[in-house]
Amino acid sequence: MQSRDFSLLPVSGVFIIITFIAALLVNLMPWSGWWVYVKPDLVALVVLYWCIQQPRKVGFASAWLLGLVMDVAEGSLFGQHALAYSVLAFAGIVLHRRVLMFTMRDQVLHVLVLLLMNDAIVLAVRMFAGAAFPGFRYFIGSVTAAILWPALTYIFKLPQRPAPDPDRA
Amino acid sequence: MEHFPPPFFRRGPPPQVRLLLCSLLSVALLIADARYGYLEGIRMVVSVVVYPLQRLAGAPRGLLDSLGEFFVTQNALRTENAKLATQSLSEAVVLRKYAALAAENAHLRDLLDARQRYPESTVFAEVLYAGRDVFTRKIVIDKGQQHGVKPGQPVIDQIGIVGQVTRIYPWLSEVTLITDKEQAVPVQSLRNGLRAVIGGTGHDGQLELKFIPLNADFQVGDQLVTSGIDGVYPPGLPVAEIATVERNAAYLFARIVCKPLAGVTSHRQVLVLNWENKLPERPVDEPKAAPRPKKPRRGA
Repeated sequence: MQSRDFSLLPVSGVFIIITFIAALLVNLMPWSGWWVYVKPDLVALVVLYWCIQQPRKVGFASAWLLGLVMDVAEGSLFGQHALAYSVLAFAGIVLHRRVLMFTMRDQVLHVLVLLLMNDAIVLAVRMFAGAAFPGFRYFIGSVTAAILWPALTYIFKLPQRPAPDPDRA
Repeated sequence: MEHFPPPFFRRGPPPQVRLLLCSLLSVALLIADARYGYLEGIRMVVSVVVYPLQRLAGAPRGLLDSLGEFFVTQNALRTENAKLATQSLSEAVVLRKYAALAAENAHLRDLLDARQRYPESTVFAEVLYAGRDVFTRKIVIDKGQQHGVKPGQPVIDQIGIVGQVTRIYPWLSEVTLITDKEQAVPVQSLRNGLRAVIGGTGHDGQLELKFIPLNADFQVGDQLVTSGIDGVYPPGLPVAEIATVERNAAYLFARIVCKPLAGVTSHRQVLVLNWENKLPERPVDEPKAAPRPKKPRRGA
Protein backbone atom coordinates (compact mmCIF):
# COMPACT_ATOMS: atom_id res chain seq x y z
CA MET A 1 0.00 0.00 0.00
CA GLN A 2 1.32 3.42 -0.84
CA SER A 3 2.06 5.67 2.08
CA ARG A 4 -0.07 8.77 2.25
CA ASP A 5 0.11 11.73 4.55
CA PHE A 6 -3.65 12.14 4.62
CA SER A 7 -6.59 9.85 5.17
CA LEU A 8 -9.34 9.47 2.59
CA LEU A 9 -12.85 10.82 3.05
CA PRO A 10 -15.75 8.37 2.98
CA VAL A 11 -16.99 7.66 -0.52
CA SER A 12 -20.37 9.09 -1.47
CA GLY A 13 -23.14 6.88 -2.80
CA VAL A 14 -23.93 9.35 -5.56
CA PHE A 15 -20.38 9.05 -6.88
CA ILE A 16 -20.68 5.26 -7.00
CA ILE A 17 -23.90 5.52 -9.01
CA ILE A 18 -22.28 8.02 -11.38
CA THR A 19 -19.37 5.67 -12.00
CA PHE A 20 -21.77 2.83 -12.78
CA ILE A 21 -23.68 4.94 -15.27
CA ALA A 22 -20.45 6.14 -16.89
CA ALA A 23 -19.21 2.56 -17.21
CA LEU A 24 -22.52 1.52 -18.77
CA LEU A 25 -22.27 4.39 -21.24
CA VAL A 26 -18.79 3.30 -22.32
CA ASN A 27 -19.98 -0.29 -22.71
CA LEU A 28 -22.99 0.78 -24.76
CA MET A 29 -20.95 2.85 -27.21
CA PRO A 30 -21.13 1.56 -30.78
CA TRP A 31 -17.93 -0.49 -30.88
CA SER A 32 -17.38 -2.40 -34.06
CA GLY A 33 -14.84 -4.54 -35.84
CA TRP A 34 -11.79 -5.44 -33.77
CA TRP A 35 -12.75 -2.96 -31.10
CA VAL A 36 -15.46 -5.36 -29.97
CA TYR A 37 -12.70 -7.66 -28.76
CA VAL A 38 -10.22 -5.07 -27.54
CA LYS A 39 -12.70 -2.96 -25.62
CA PRO A 40 -12.69 -3.55 -21.87
CA ASP A 41 -15.87 -4.56 -20.07
CA LEU A 42 -15.83 -1.46 -17.91
CA VAL A 43 -18.97 -2.43 -16.00
CA ALA A 44 -17.27 -5.60 -14.79
CA LEU A 45 -14.18 -3.64 -13.84
CA VAL A 46 -16.13 -1.00 -11.92
CA VAL A 47 -18.24 -3.62 -10.14
CA LEU A 48 -15.05 -5.39 -9.11
CA TYR A 49 -13.45 -2.12 -8.01
CA TRP A 50 -16.30 -1.16 -5.69
CA CYS A 51 -16.66 -4.70 -4.34
CA ILE A 52 -12.99 -4.64 -3.39
CA GLN A 53 -12.92 -1.06 -2.11
CA GLN A 54 -16.38 -0.75 -0.55
CA PRO A 55 -17.78 -4.23 0.07
CA ARG A 56 -20.26 -2.82 2.59
CA LYS A 57 -21.81 -0.45 0.04
CA VAL A 58 -21.67 -2.34 -3.24
CA GLY A 59 -22.47 -5.98 -3.48
CA PHE A 60 -24.58 -8.60 -5.12
CA ALA A 61 -27.72 -6.56 -5.73
CA SER A 62 -26.01 -3.87 -7.81
CA ALA A 63 -23.84 -6.40 -9.64
CA TRP A 64 -26.84 -8.54 -10.52
CA LEU A 65 -28.97 -5.63 -11.69
CA LEU A 66 -26.15 -4.18 -13.80
CA GLY A 67 -25.74 -7.63 -15.32
CA LEU A 68 -29.40 -7.67 -16.32
CA VAL A 69 -29.06 -4.23 -17.91
CA MET A 70 -26.03 -5.42 -19.89
CA ASP A 71 -27.94 -8.50 -21.03
CA VAL A 72 -30.76 -6.40 -22.40
CA ALA A 73 -28.44 -3.85 -23.98
CA GLU A 74 -26.41 -6.53 -25.72
CA GLY A 75 -29.46 -8.52 -26.70
CA SER A 76 -27.76 -11.60 -25.34
CA LEU A 77 -29.22 -14.35 -23.19
CA PHE A 78 -31.08 -13.09 -20.15
CA GLY A 79 -28.98 -13.73 -17.05
CA GLN A 80 -25.54 -14.49 -18.49
CA HIS A 81 -23.97 -11.22 -17.36
CA ALA A 82 -26.04 -11.26 -14.18
CA LEU A 83 -24.51 -14.62 -13.30
CA ALA A 84 -20.98 -13.59 -14.25
CA TYR A 85 -21.14 -10.30 -12.36
CA SER A 86 -22.56 -12.01 -9.26
CA VAL A 87 -19.59 -14.38 -9.17
CA LEU A 88 -17.29 -11.42 -9.77
CA ALA A 89 -18.88 -9.55 -6.85
CA PHE A 90 -18.46 -12.62 -4.66
CA ALA A 91 -14.77 -12.90 -5.54
CA GLY A 92 -14.27 -9.19 -4.92
CA ILE A 93 -15.99 -9.29 -1.54
CA VAL A 94 -14.19 -12.41 -0.35
CA LEU A 95 -10.78 -11.20 -1.54
CA HIS A 96 -11.09 -7.51 -0.75
CA ARG A 97 -8.77 -7.50 2.25
CA ARG A 98 -6.12 -9.50 0.47
CA VAL A 99 -6.06 -7.71 -2.88
CA LEU A 100 -5.53 -4.30 -1.31
CA MET A 101 -2.47 -5.56 0.59
CA PHE A 102 -0.54 -5.99 -2.65
CA THR A 103 1.34 -3.47 -4.74
CA MET A 104 -0.42 -2.04 -7.73
CA ARG A 105 1.29 -4.45 -10.15
CA ASP A 106 0.19 -7.48 -8.17
CA GLN A 107 -3.30 -6.05 -7.83
CA VAL A 108 -3.46 -5.91 -11.63
CA LEU A 109 -2.61 -9.62 -11.79
CA HIS A 110 -5.35 -10.42 -9.28
CA VAL A 111 -7.86 -8.36 -11.24
CA LEU A 112 -6.81 -9.98 -14.51
CA VAL A 113 -7.51 -13.46 -13.17
CA LEU A 114 -10.90 -12.40 -11.79
CA LEU A 115 -11.92 -10.73 -15.05
CA LEU A 116 -10.82 -13.76 -17.07
CA MET A 117 -13.01 -15.86 -14.80
CA ASN A 118 -15.88 -13.46 -15.55
CA ASP A 119 -15.30 -13.96 -19.29
CA ALA A 120 -15.03 -17.70 -18.88
CA ILE A 121 -18.45 -17.83 -17.20
CA VAL A 122 -20.10 -15.90 -20.03
CA LEU A 123 -18.31 -18.11 -22.54
CA ALA A 124 -19.41 -21.28 -20.76
CA VAL A 125 -23.04 -20.13 -20.64
CA ARG A 126 -23.08 -19.23 -24.34
CA MET A 127 -21.35 -22.40 -25.47
CA PHE A 128 -23.76 -24.39 -23.37
CA ALA A 129 -26.58 -22.59 -25.20
CA GLY A 130 -25.08 -23.60 -28.54
CA ALA A 131 -22.83 -20.74 -29.65
CA ALA A 132 -19.51 -21.29 -31.38
CA PHE A 133 -16.18 -20.49 -29.71
CA PRO A 134 -15.28 -16.96 -30.84
CA GLY A 135 -11.51 -17.54 -30.62
CA PHE A 136 -8.99 -16.54 -27.98
CA ARG A 137 -9.23 -12.88 -29.00
CA TYR A 138 -12.40 -12.97 -26.90
CA PHE A 139 -10.21 -12.67 -23.78
CA ILE A 140 -8.30 -9.58 -24.95
CA GLY A 141 -10.89 -7.29 -23.40
CA SER A 142 -10.07 -8.55 -19.90
CA VAL A 143 -6.39 -7.77 -20.39
CA THR A 144 -7.25 -4.22 -21.46
CA ALA A 145 -9.54 -3.85 -18.47
CA ALA A 146 -6.88 -5.14 -16.05
CA ILE A 147 -4.34 -2.68 -17.47
CA LEU A 148 -6.83 0.11 -16.73
CA TRP A 149 -7.02 -0.86 -13.04
CA PRO A 150 -4.28 1.51 -11.72
CA ALA A 151 -5.73 4.47 -13.64
CA LEU A 152 -9.20 3.60 -12.37
CA THR A 153 -7.96 3.40 -8.80
CA TYR A 154 -6.31 6.80 -9.09
CA ILE A 155 -9.33 8.50 -10.68
CA PHE A 156 -11.93 6.96 -8.37
CA LYS A 157 -9.95 8.03 -5.30
CA LEU A 158 -9.79 11.68 -6.40
CA PRO A 159 -13.16 12.73 -4.90
CA GLN A 160 -12.16 11.06 -1.63
CA ARG A 161 -9.07 13.23 -1.14
CA PRO A 162 -9.51 15.90 1.50
CA ALA A 163 -9.23 19.54 0.49
CA PRO A 164 -5.68 20.79 1.05
CA ASP A 165 -5.28 22.14 4.57
CA PRO A 166 -4.05 25.77 4.45
CA ASP A 167 -2.46 25.43 7.92
CA ARG A 168 -0.14 22.68 6.76
CA ALA A 169 2.41 22.71 3.95
CA MET B 1 -29.87 -18.85 27.63
CA GLU B 2 -28.79 -18.50 23.99
CA HIS B 3 -26.06 -16.01 23.31
CA PHE B 4 -26.42 -13.77 20.26
CA PRO B 5 -23.81 -11.33 19.04
CA PRO B 6 -24.69 -7.69 19.60
CA PRO B 7 -26.72 -6.26 16.72
CA PHE B 8 -24.30 -3.44 15.76
CA PHE B 9 -22.54 -5.49 13.10
CA ARG B 10 -25.48 -7.19 11.52
CA ARG B 11 -24.49 -7.90 7.92
CA GLY B 12 -27.27 -10.08 6.65
CA PRO B 13 -26.58 -13.48 5.17
CA PRO B 14 -22.95 -14.38 4.41
CA PRO B 15 -21.60 -13.88 0.87
CA GLN B 16 -21.77 -17.58 0.05
CA VAL B 17 -25.52 -17.61 0.62
CA ARG B 18 -26.00 -14.44 -1.41
CA LEU B 19 -23.92 -15.83 -4.24
CA LEU B 20 -26.00 -18.98 -4.26
CA LEU B 21 -29.20 -16.92 -4.37
CA CYS B 22 -27.98 -14.69 -7.21
CA SER B 23 -26.65 -17.62 -9.20
CA LEU B 24 -29.87 -19.55 -8.83
CA LEU B 25 -31.87 -16.52 -9.96
CA SER B 26 -29.56 -16.02 -12.94
CA VAL B 27 -29.69 -19.65 -13.93
CA ALA B 28 -33.48 -19.59 -13.66
CA LEU B 29 -33.53 -16.56 -15.96
CA LEU B 30 -31.13 -18.24 -18.36
CA ILE B 31 -33.23 -21.35 -18.60
CA ALA B 32 -36.47 -19.41 -18.91
CA ASP B 33 -34.96 -17.32 -21.71
CA ALA B 34 -32.90 -19.84 -23.64
CA ARG B 35 -35.23 -22.79 -23.33
CA TYR B 36 -38.71 -21.30 -23.20
CA GLY B 37 -38.43 -17.64 -24.28
CA TYR B 38 -40.69 -16.46 -21.47
CA LEU B 39 -38.94 -13.20 -20.75
CA GLU B 40 -39.63 -10.97 -23.76
CA GLY B 41 -41.94 -8.83 -21.61
CA ILE B 42 -39.28 -8.15 -18.98
CA ARG B 43 -36.75 -7.50 -21.73
CA MET B 44 -39.11 -4.86 -23.17
CA VAL B 45 -39.45 -3.12 -19.80
CA VAL B 46 -35.70 -3.05 -19.12
CA SER B 47 -35.04 -1.92 -22.68
CA VAL B 48 -37.24 1.13 -22.16
CA VAL B 49 -35.05 2.04 -19.17
CA VAL B 50 -31.83 1.40 -21.09
CA TYR B 51 -32.96 3.18 -24.27
CA PRO B 52 -31.92 6.74 -23.28
CA LEU B 53 -28.52 5.44 -22.20
CA GLN B 54 -28.12 3.70 -25.53
CA ARG B 55 -28.96 6.83 -27.48
CA LEU B 56 -26.63 8.88 -25.28
CA ALA B 57 -23.79 6.41 -25.78
CA GLY B 58 -24.30 6.57 -29.52
CA ALA B 59 -24.21 10.37 -29.54
CA PRO B 60 -20.41 10.85 -29.77
CA ARG B 61 -20.25 8.81 -32.96
CA GLY B 62 -23.09 10.82 -34.50
CA LEU B 63 -21.20 13.97 -33.57
CA LEU B 64 -18.02 12.62 -35.17
CA ASP B 65 -19.92 11.73 -38.30
CA SER B 66 -21.42 15.19 -38.64
CA LEU B 67 -17.99 16.73 -37.96
CA GLY B 68 -16.57 14.56 -40.75
CA GLU B 69 -19.36 15.72 -43.07
CA PHE B 70 -18.48 19.31 -42.26
CA PHE B 71 -14.92 18.86 -43.43
CA VAL B 72 -15.69 17.04 -46.69
CA THR B 73 -13.89 18.81 -49.49
CA GLN B 74 -15.73 20.31 -52.41
CA ASN B 75 -13.70 18.14 -54.74
CA ALA B 76 -14.88 14.94 -53.03
CA LEU B 77 -18.48 16.14 -53.20
CA ARG B 78 -18.21 16.94 -56.91
CA THR B 79 -16.68 13.57 -57.70
CA GLU B 80 -19.41 11.82 -55.77
CA ASN B 81 -22.08 13.93 -57.42
CA ALA B 82 -20.79 13.10 -60.88
CA LYS B 83 -20.66 9.41 -59.99
CA LEU B 84 -24.22 9.44 -58.67
CA ALA B 85 -25.48 11.27 -61.77
CA THR B 86 -23.96 8.62 -64.05
CA GLN B 87 -25.38 5.88 -61.90
CA SER B 88 -28.88 7.33 -61.82
CA LEU B 89 -28.78 7.77 -65.59
CA SER B 90 -27.84 4.15 -66.20
CA GLU B 91 -30.42 3.01 -63.67
CA ALA B 92 -33.12 5.17 -65.23
CA VAL B 93 -32.85 3.14 -68.43
CA VAL B 94 -33.20 -0.09 -66.46
CA LEU B 95 -36.13 1.33 -64.52
CA ARG B 96 -38.00 2.27 -67.70
CA LYS B 97 -37.65 -1.28 -68.85
CA TYR B 98 -38.65 -2.54 -65.42
CA ALA B 99 -41.91 -0.58 -65.41
CA ALA B 100 -42.83 -1.99 -68.80
CA LEU B 101 -41.84 -5.50 -67.73
CA ALA B 102 -43.76 -5.24 -64.44
CA ALA B 103 -46.91 -4.21 -66.33
CA GLU B 104 -46.41 -7.03 -68.77
CA ASN B 105 -45.77 -9.50 -65.97
CA ALA B 106 -48.93 -8.45 -64.13
CA HIS B 107 -50.88 -8.81 -67.34
CA LEU B 108 -49.48 -12.27 -68.04
CA ARG B 109 -50.11 -13.36 -64.50
CA ASP B 110 -53.69 -12.14 -64.87
CA LEU B 111 -54.03 -14.14 -68.01
CA LEU B 112 -52.61 -17.23 -66.37
CA ASP B 113 -54.63 -16.58 -63.22
CA ALA B 114 -51.46 -16.82 -61.14
CA ARG B 115 -51.10 -15.26 -57.74
CA GLN B 116 -50.02 -11.61 -57.83
CA ARG B 117 -46.84 -10.68 -56.10
CA TYR B 118 -47.82 -8.37 -53.32
CA PRO B 119 -46.40 -4.89 -53.42
CA GLU B 120 -44.15 -4.28 -50.48
CA SER B 121 -43.77 -1.21 -48.32
CA THR B 122 -40.51 -0.41 -46.59
CA VAL B 123 -39.37 1.19 -43.38
CA PHE B 124 -36.14 3.14 -43.63
CA ALA B 125 -33.86 2.56 -40.66
CA GLU B 126 -30.40 3.58 -39.56
CA VAL B 127 -28.01 1.16 -37.95
CA LEU B 128 -27.33 2.29 -34.40
CA TYR B 129 -24.55 -0.12 -33.60
CA ALA B 130 -23.32 -3.49 -34.65
CA GLY B 131 -22.43 -6.71 -32.98
CA ARG B 132 -21.42 -6.12 -29.36
CA ASP B 133 -22.28 -9.67 -28.49
CA VAL B 134 -19.31 -11.56 -29.94
CA PHE B 135 -21.23 -14.83 -30.13
CA THR B 136 -23.77 -13.67 -32.69
CA ARG B 137 -23.86 -11.49 -35.78
CA LYS B 138 -26.48 -8.85 -35.09
CA ILE B 139 -27.12 -5.18 -35.64
CA VAL B 140 -29.50 -2.84 -33.84
CA ILE B 141 -31.55 -0.43 -35.94
CA ASP B 142 -33.40 2.67 -34.81
CA LYS B 143 -36.92 1.60 -35.79
CA GLY B 144 -39.06 -0.64 -33.63
CA GLN B 145 -42.57 -1.66 -32.74
CA GLN B 146 -43.76 1.96 -32.80
CA HIS B 147 -42.73 2.27 -36.45
CA GLY B 148 -44.47 -0.89 -37.56
CA VAL B 149 -41.50 -3.23 -37.57
CA LYS B 150 -42.46 -6.83 -36.87
CA PRO B 151 -40.29 -9.79 -35.99
CA GLY B 152 -39.44 -11.93 -39.00
CA GLN B 153 -39.34 -9.15 -41.55
CA PRO B 154 -36.44 -9.20 -44.00
CA VAL B 155 -33.91 -6.37 -43.96
CA ILE B 156 -32.13 -5.27 -47.14
CA ASP B 157 -29.74 -2.60 -48.29
CA GLN B 158 -29.41 -1.18 -51.79
CA ILE B 159 -27.79 -4.39 -53.05
CA GLY B 160 -29.46 -7.31 -51.36
CA ILE B 161 -30.41 -9.19 -48.22
CA VAL B 162 -28.75 -8.08 -44.99
CA GLY B 163 -30.67 -10.09 -42.43
CA GLN B 164 -33.93 -10.58 -40.64
CA VAL B 165 -35.61 -8.78 -37.75
CA THR B 166 -35.44 -11.19 -34.84
CA ARG B 167 -36.45 -9.15 -31.83
CA ILE B 168 -38.31 -5.90 -31.45
CA TYR B 169 -38.30 -3.26 -28.75
CA PRO B 170 -40.56 -0.20 -28.61
CA TRP B 171 -38.12 2.04 -30.50
CA LEU B 172 -35.38 -0.33 -31.57
CA SER B 173 -35.12 -3.68 -33.18
CA GLU B 174 -32.48 -6.34 -33.48
CA VAL B 175 -31.56 -7.69 -36.87
CA THR B 176 -29.77 -11.02 -37.15
CA LEU B 177 -27.39 -10.82 -40.09
CA ILE B 178 -27.31 -13.58 -42.68
CA THR B 179 -23.75 -14.34 -41.57
CA ASP B 180 -25.00 -15.46 -38.14
CA LYS B 181 -24.44 -19.12 -37.47
CA GLU B 182 -28.12 -19.79 -36.81
CA GLN B 183 -29.49 -17.88 -39.78
CA ALA B 184 -30.55 -19.60 -43.00
CA VAL B 185 -31.93 -18.19 -46.25
CA PRO B 186 -33.47 -20.25 -49.05
CA VAL B 187 -31.77 -19.30 -52.30
CA GLN B 188 -31.76 -20.14 -55.96
CA SER B 189 -28.94 -19.97 -58.46
CA LEU B 190 -29.52 -17.34 -61.14
CA ARG B 191 -27.65 -19.40 -63.74
CA ASN B 192 -29.68 -22.60 -63.61
CA GLY B 193 -32.41 -22.12 -61.02
CA LEU B 194 -31.05 -24.73 -58.62
CA ARG B 195 -32.48 -24.25 -55.14
CA ALA B 196 -30.51 -24.52 -51.93
CA VAL B 197 -30.32 -23.20 -48.40
CA ILE B 198 -27.56 -20.78 -47.51
CA GLY B 199 -26.46 -20.33 -43.95
CA GLY B 200 -24.05 -18.16 -42.01
CA THR B 201 -20.79 -19.46 -40.67
CA GLY B 202 -20.49 -17.06 -37.75
CA HIS B 203 -17.64 -15.24 -39.50
CA ASP B 204 -17.99 -11.88 -41.19
CA GLY B 205 -18.20 -12.00 -44.94
CA GLN B 206 -18.69 -15.74 -45.26
CA LEU B 207 -21.72 -17.85 -46.04
CA GLU B 208 -22.05 -21.51 -46.83
CA LEU B 209 -24.42 -23.52 -48.99
CA LYS B 210 -25.60 -26.37 -46.85
CA PHE B 211 -26.19 -30.01 -47.68
CA ILE B 212 -25.34 -29.79 -51.36
CA PRO B 213 -24.59 -33.15 -53.01
CA LEU B 214 -21.16 -33.46 -54.58
CA ASN B 215 -22.45 -33.55 -58.13
CA ALA B 216 -24.74 -30.50 -57.91
CA ASP B 217 -24.11 -27.90 -60.58
CA PHE B 218 -22.82 -24.97 -58.57
CA GLN B 219 -19.83 -23.09 -59.92
CA VAL B 220 -17.57 -20.34 -58.68
CA GLY B 221 -19.10 -16.98 -59.55
CA ASP B 222 -22.73 -18.14 -59.56
CA GLN B 223 -25.10 -15.47 -58.29
CA LEU B 224 -27.56 -16.63 -55.65
CA VAL B 225 -30.89 -14.86 -55.13
CA THR B 226 -33.71 -15.56 -52.69
CA SER B 227 -36.08 -18.17 -53.98
CA GLY B 228 -39.07 -16.90 -52.02
CA ILE B 229 -40.51 -20.31 -51.32
CA ASP B 230 -40.15 -19.84 -47.56
CA GLY B 231 -42.61 -16.96 -47.50
CA VAL B 232 -40.21 -14.86 -45.44
CA TYR B 233 -38.00 -13.29 -48.07
CA PRO B 234 -39.49 -11.94 -51.28
CA PRO B 235 -38.14 -13.79 -54.33
CA GLY B 236 -35.34 -12.43 -56.47
CA LEU B 237 -33.28 -10.46 -53.97
CA PRO B 238 -29.52 -10.93 -54.39
CA VAL B 239 -27.92 -12.79 -51.49
CA ALA B 240 -24.45 -14.02 -52.31
CA GLU B 241 -21.92 -15.06 -54.88
CA ILE B 242 -20.13 -18.40 -54.78
CA ALA B 243 -16.48 -17.89 -53.89
CA THR B 244 -15.05 -21.40 -53.64
CA VAL B 245 -16.39 -24.85 -54.38
CA GLU B 246 -14.65 -27.79 -52.79
CA ARG B 247 -15.68 -31.27 -53.82
CA ASN B 248 -14.01 -33.92 -51.74
CA ALA B 249 -15.27 -37.43 -52.25
CA ALA B 250 -14.41 -38.22 -48.64
CA TYR B 251 -17.32 -36.10 -47.49
CA LEU B 252 -20.99 -36.50 -48.13
CA PHE B 253 -21.60 -32.90 -49.18
CA ALA B 254 -19.72 -30.33 -51.23
CA ARG B 255 -18.27 -27.44 -49.30
CA ILE B 256 -19.42 -24.27 -51.05
CA VAL B 257 -18.34 -20.99 -49.52
CA CYS B 258 -20.07 -17.82 -50.66
CA LYS B 259 -19.49 -14.12 -50.23
CA PRO B 260 -22.51 -11.99 -49.24
CA LEU B 261 -23.33 -9.34 -51.82
CA ALA B 262 -24.98 -6.77 -49.56
CA GLY B 263 -22.70 -4.76 -47.31
CA VAL B 264 -23.54 -6.98 -44.39
CA THR B 265 -21.02 -5.35 -42.08
CA SER B 266 -20.46 -1.95 -43.62
CA HIS B 267 -23.84 -0.28 -44.13
CA ARG B 268 -25.30 2.54 -42.09
CA GLN B 269 -28.78 2.64 -43.67
CA VAL B 270 -31.05 -0.31 -44.31
CA LEU B 271 -34.62 -0.97 -45.37
CA VAL B 272 -37.03 -3.18 -43.47
CA LEU B 273 -39.41 -4.85 -45.90
CA ASN B 274 -43.01 -4.99 -44.82
CA TRP B 275 -43.78 -7.94 -46.97
CA GLU B 276 -46.67 -10.18 -46.24
CA ASN B 277 -46.85 -13.31 -48.22
CA LYS B 278 -50.27 -14.82 -48.07
CA LEU B 279 -49.47 -18.41 -48.73
CA PRO B 280 -52.35 -20.81 -49.15
CA GLU B 281 -53.12 -22.96 -46.15
CA ARG B 282 -50.77 -25.83 -45.60
CA PRO B 283 -52.40 -29.07 -46.62
CA VAL B 284 -53.46 -31.17 -43.69
CA ASP B 285 -50.84 -33.72 -42.72
CA GLU B 286 -51.72 -37.33 -43.08
CA PRO B 287 -52.88 -38.73 -39.77
CA LYS B 288 -49.89 -40.17 -37.99
CA ALA B 289 -49.73 -43.83 -37.19
CA ALA B 290 -50.56 -44.65 -33.61
CA PRO B 291 -47.58 -43.89 -31.38
CA ARG B 292 -45.40 -46.87 -30.83
CA PRO B 293 -44.86 -48.02 -27.28
CA LYS B 294 -41.77 -46.38 -25.81
CA LYS B 295 -38.64 -48.35 -26.19
CA PRO B 296 -35.67 -48.01 -23.87
CA ARG B 297 -33.04 -45.86 -25.64
CA ARG B 298 -30.14 -48.21 -25.22
CA GLY B 299 -29.98 -51.92 -25.47
CA ALA B 300 -33.00 -53.46 -27.12
